[in-house]
Amino acid sequence: MPKPTPAPLDEIDRRIIDALQGDFPVCDRPYAAAAQRLGIEEGELIARLQSMLARKVLTRFGPMFQIERMGGAFVLAAMAVPAAEWDRVNSAVNAFAEVAHNYRRESALDTPFNMWFVLATETKEGIAAAVEKIETATGLPVYPFPKLKEYFVEMKLVVRNAGEAA
Amino acid sequence: MSANDDLDRRLIVATQAGLPLVPRPYHALAEQLGTTADEVMARMNAMLERGTIRRIGAVPNHYAIGYTANGMSVWDVPDERIDELGAMVGALDFVTHAYHRPRALPAWPYNLFAMVHGSSREEVLAKVSEIEALLGGDCRCHDVLFSTEILKKTGLRISNSAG
Repeated sequence: MPKPTPAPLDEIDRRIIDALQGDFPVCDRPYAAAAQRLGIEEGELIARLQSMLARKVLTRFGPMFQIERMGGAFVLAAMAVPAAEWDRVNSAVNAFAEVAHNYRRESALDTPFNMWFVLATETKEGIAAAVEKIETATGLPVYPFPKLKEYFVEMKLVVRNAGEAA
Repeated sequence: MSANDDLDRRLIVATQAGLPLVPRPYHALAEQLGTTADEVMARMNAMLERGTIRRIGAVPNHYAIGYTANGMSVWDVPDERIDELGAMVGALDFVTHAYHRPRALPAWPYNLFAMVHGSSREEVLAKVSEIEALLGGDCRCHDVLFSTEILKKTGLRISNSAG
């Protein structure tokens, strides 16, 4: 598997990422307003966002929804996928729209749970239905780990080492 | 479902993949949804206020911005102490998420999850050692799961049809 490497980013790209992980304005010309705060032109900000999305430096640009506030649910779930069945199970799991993201994970203690994904559904009941569909499609058990309590959540990472060898 | 909720819902469907990258994105959305830009902006502000929208902005691929090591540290701590311990771990500046989650015995004894990002596994492991020291005798066992591959990252996708 290819080892992920940081993308080449110049100083303006880094400032955009650091400054725009939230607080994007709601106004007639929001890119112009955000660009002004960054000391660049509106057109340059839009072009750089397009470029960073195309290069997959950004996975999205836009509103981040909290589906729980609309009656929905986000639930972390895991599976123990045998190596020989990895590709088949990976394709089957990712085919479900309810799977918002999915990571392969490994641990020093050889945890059996090597596939970790987040289910996002519009209703709380949708989680159990999605779990059942994935179990049927893969033939493997799915272990949901719903959050019982959240102690902290803030996902604002400052760009570091970008463009240099990791 | 009321007409009001329906417009919110259509706004979510229209923006869940991203905000239009044009000078007047809220006008573009208004045109697409058959309403006014003022209405779109009022809805966005109301959703921000209610917390339906957590924030508006860029979602970086953390590998691409230098966080090539991402460790999900998991801890088995006493249930009766978890809220106190979880708050302590969550307050550490290198912990980006901390949750109490159910165990899945016997395979999975861990009930506290804390996400740690860094530029190398060594850096993440050093931070995990700090958590271990902080938890002291309250930690019965722990593990760190490193992500080795992003298999999918699309975020929320709700369907176009109501219900």
